[in-house]
Amino acid sequence: MNYEPVIGLEIHVQLKTRSKMFCASPNNPDETEPNRNICEVCTAQPGSMPVINKEAVHMAILVGLALGCEIPEYSKFDRKNYFYPDLPKGYQISQFDQPICGAGIQVVEYEGKKRPIRITRAHLEEDAGKLIHEGSTTLVDLNRAGVPLLETVTEPDFRTPAEAKIFLQNLRNIVRYLGVSDADMEKGHMRCDANISLRPAGSQDLPPYKIEVKNLNSFKSVEAALNYEIKRQSEMQESGEKLTSQTRGWDDSKGITVEQRTKEQAHDYRYFPEPDLPIMHFIRGDVEKIRAELPELPAQKEERFISEFSLQDRDAGVLVNDKNLAAYFEEVVSELEEWFKEERLEADIAKLAKMAYNWISGDLQALLKIEGIDPQNSRITAENLAELIKMIHQGQVSTTAAKRILEVMFETGGDPSHVAADEGLSQVSDEVAITAVVDKVIAKNANVVADYKGGKKQALGFLVGKIMAEMKGKANPQVASRLLEEKLH
Amino acid sequence: MDFHLATIKELRQGLDSKRFSSAELTKYYLDRIKKFNKDLNAFITLTEDLALEQARAADKRIAAGSQEMLTGIPYAAKDLFCTRGVRTTAASKILENFVPPYDSTVVARLRAAGAVLVGKTNLDQFAHGSSTETSYYGPVHNPWDLERNPGGSSGGSAAAVSAGLVPFALATETGGSIRQPASLCGISGWKPTYGRVSRYGVIAMSSSMDTMGTVARSAEDLAITAEAISGFDPKDGTSGKLPVKAWSKNLTRSMKGLRIGVPQEYFVPGIEKDVKEKVSMAIEEIRKLGPKIIEVSLPMTSYGSMVYAIVTPSEISSNLSRYDSIRFGHTTDKANDLYELYAKSRAEGFGDEAKRRIMTGAYALSAGYRDAYYTKAQKVRRLLVNEFHEMFKKVDILLCPSTPNVALKIGKAADDPLFGYIADQLNIPASLAGLAAMGVPCGLGKPDDGAAVSLPIGMQILGPQWGEELVFQVGYAYQQITDWHKQKPVGF
Repeated sequence: MNYEPVIGLEIHVQLKTRSKMFCASPNNPDETEPNRNICEVCTAQPGSMPVINKEAVHMAILVGLALGCEIPEYSKFDRKNYFYPDLPKGYQISQFDQPICGAGIQVVEYEGKKRPIRITRAHLEEDAGKLIHEGSTTLVDLNRAGVPLLETVTEPDFRTPAEAKIFLQNLRNIVRYLGVSDADMEKGHMRCDANISLRPAGSQDLPPYKIEVKNLNSFKSVEAALNYEIKRQSEMQESGEKLTSQTRGWDDSKGITVEQRTKEQAHDYRYFPEPDLPIMHFIRGDVEKIRAELPELPAQKEERFISEFSLQDRDAGVLVNDKNLAAYFEEVVSELEEWFKEERLEADIAKLAKMAYNWISGDLQALLKIEGIDPQNSRITAENLAELIKMIHQGQVSTTAAKRILEVMFETGGDPSHVAADEGLSQVSDEVAITAVVDKVIAKNANVVADYKGGKKQALGFLVGKIMAEMKGKANPQVASRLLEEKLH
Repeated sequence: MDFHLATIKELRQGLDSKRFSSAELTKYYLDRIKKFNKDLNAFITLTEDLALEQARAADKRIAAGSQEMLTGIPYAAKDLFCTRGVRTTAASKILENFVPPYDSTVVARLRAAGAVLVGKTNLDQFAHGSSTETSYYGPVHNPWDLERNPGGSSGGSAAAVSAGLVPFALATETGGSIRQPASLCGISGWKPTYGRVSRYGVIAMSSSMDTMGTVARSAEDLAITAEAISGFDPKDGTSGKLPVKAWSKNLTRSMKGLRIGVPQEYFVPGIEKDVKEKVSMAIEEIRKLGPKIIEVSLPMTSYGSMVYAIVTPSEISSNLSRYDSIRFGHTTDKANDLYELYAKSRAEGFGDEAKRRIMTGAYALSAGYRDAYYTKAQKVRRLLVNEFHEMFKKVDILLCPSTPNVALKIGKAADDPLFGYIADQLNIPASLAGLAAMGVPCGLGKPDDGAAVSLPIGMQILGPQWGEELVFQVGYAYQQITDWHKQKPVGF
């Protein structure tokens, strides 16, 4: 039988607020000394009380608006009660039935097909601390306890693991564009649980069970775990085994999921409204003010790159995936436009943009990766890269020479014309100079010239090579080739 | 001078005119506590060194002329208020050795005002009770009859003020825990509007009802203490932003034209004869001042105890979860795994009443039952709040008895888990509605069993939310024409 996967996601994103969700302790995910960023509130000392972090609320609304979610007129916090040593109060302050962001929608594009994914809700809550196991003892580090999390829940609308992965990447891009999270899955800034079940192809019903997969710490593991589950569940169904709801954990090293908890062992969290916090009321005007703060979002930017610069879908996607790279690209293109306008030259924006894209996503990004830095932090300013591209465009340097110039610029921060001169990499396009060398090469290679005239066309390449060698590679090969052909006719 | 008979206002005048110093005053009270506490068990912890240090600092401040109303005035705090560096037990075993790293906002405000903390008073364990008998540190004895309990849960604070061991004390109320012990000990007690005084740093019982107030010798003293501890606190998300007025300077007000309601539901069946008589007499006294006395009905209030019996344990079950032995508090030495660490530490550390409320609350909140219990109780609570809201459009203030009886014998409550719930009928509705309230002494009487004792009886003054000004004014007016608040227990 053919099966169709039914997949939904729950994604926790750590918000980059200055202080924690309910107290003034610093929110610093990079703190390495345990129990440094703590106070009486996030360690749940008797009598301490939470207060709502306005910055976190603001960030949550920004994300909600970016995801197309409804922002309700009011929202409240609830207590989710359970015992665990990383949860100091014995309850997590979360949101149960009045989340800060209501239903929304996001379009996912996979293999050229666009499909809407419904977002159920997004709610604010606090993170737990961390347990450190040392031999037979377990230590508690509460630096992370109380860090704000925004949990986004989708409807079971994904039909392939790849769609789920793309959705996650889109969400990561959105929160990065909004500046509300670094959303680095490997660092735990963004965590994903996936629900997956299978139904017979063509069926519209939700399957009678649901497998929740936890411990997905990278985009790759999300896709791999879901693919694994599709295989596992379809094999079970084929062999007539009945699937029941359970929670499974992904083991990245073994590439398998392992049972953690069955439905019978499910917690009763005894949710009830958090009496220590007031209900939040959102005035329409305030929400609209926040909406006005929304920057251009990744999807909008991608569309604009395609329409404005005639970039390929794929190329636009690569740029948009990295907010900083996209910004750098735009700067380079805009510098190029300036140059061409100033020099009253006819500029083919599509061609220049394509060149800029190739240089940025290719050679420049390779250099950036080695150093592990953003383009904004490299020594190559957008203006200098634009100048280099202009020099290539005008034939002042060869592509080969330009690669070398880029490396020098990356190391020293010099501007490309100086680097080209210093390194002797300027390309000669001066026809008088090249003509002199052409004449010399023709005179020295009478046999080859005769071969060419006798119909052996490939002999031309040999002669061009001789010219280049004579000029130590600095001749513009197109100009040399043209002049040579003119002479030989 | 008999300091222990003096009001805060009188002590203030004495300190300011340099007739005595705060150090002398503090030593005087510390001596009295040492002398009488073995009979009363009103204090769990004495803070003698801290008190003398604060008293000396207060004397310097007074010498420099920068004193406030409470500078140099000794006080006690119910042992539910976190005090930096001073053990705070909630009268429990589980917090027997807990020393808070921070001050509750109220204590911090009193510290800043220069008041002198002499000790931490006894209470029902985690404030669960209305007799101060559930304390891990033993019951408190009522100064009016040592065989009787002082009420609760603020029984230690009420007994301490009643016996003249401090001029005022911090207390808390969730459902009568200020008004009831104040009444049974013959003193005045203020239960603030919910949100008027910061809850920050006070060990939580039921967060949606907990209020932090004071007990003292008069309405005027209560107004003085209220000014010092009230007001918005950014650390308490439920505290209100309404301004704190100079209530103690604005106590005189004509009762003429005032509409005073007497709710018939508060004269419940089973109310003792003397209590009913004395409260009725008090209302007649007030009538002479010229207000309009109106008989009113608040039918929803009869559901108050039932709502309370669900909402309170629900919140308690969650609020007590942090006592898991991991970061502070009693830890069992018999645990083999994490589950046992939780179960045994909590089983050993909590008293019966706490366990009873945790179980009741966890049940009321559990999946499948929450709608039938917790959610429905909150809906009824809303109706009750609305009823008070409508009532305060018709009347300005309500008068009624604080308790259905005079103080009971110690031990009477112990075998009856429902003890207090009936008496709570008179206190709980105002707590559920977050009203401003005060209890004032209004006579002495004997219990219905005819015992040959003369015990205090109290009347409560209920105002609307944020109605402190009027509540203090009515209490003050009554105390201008009567002397019941000046009665003292024999032997103290």
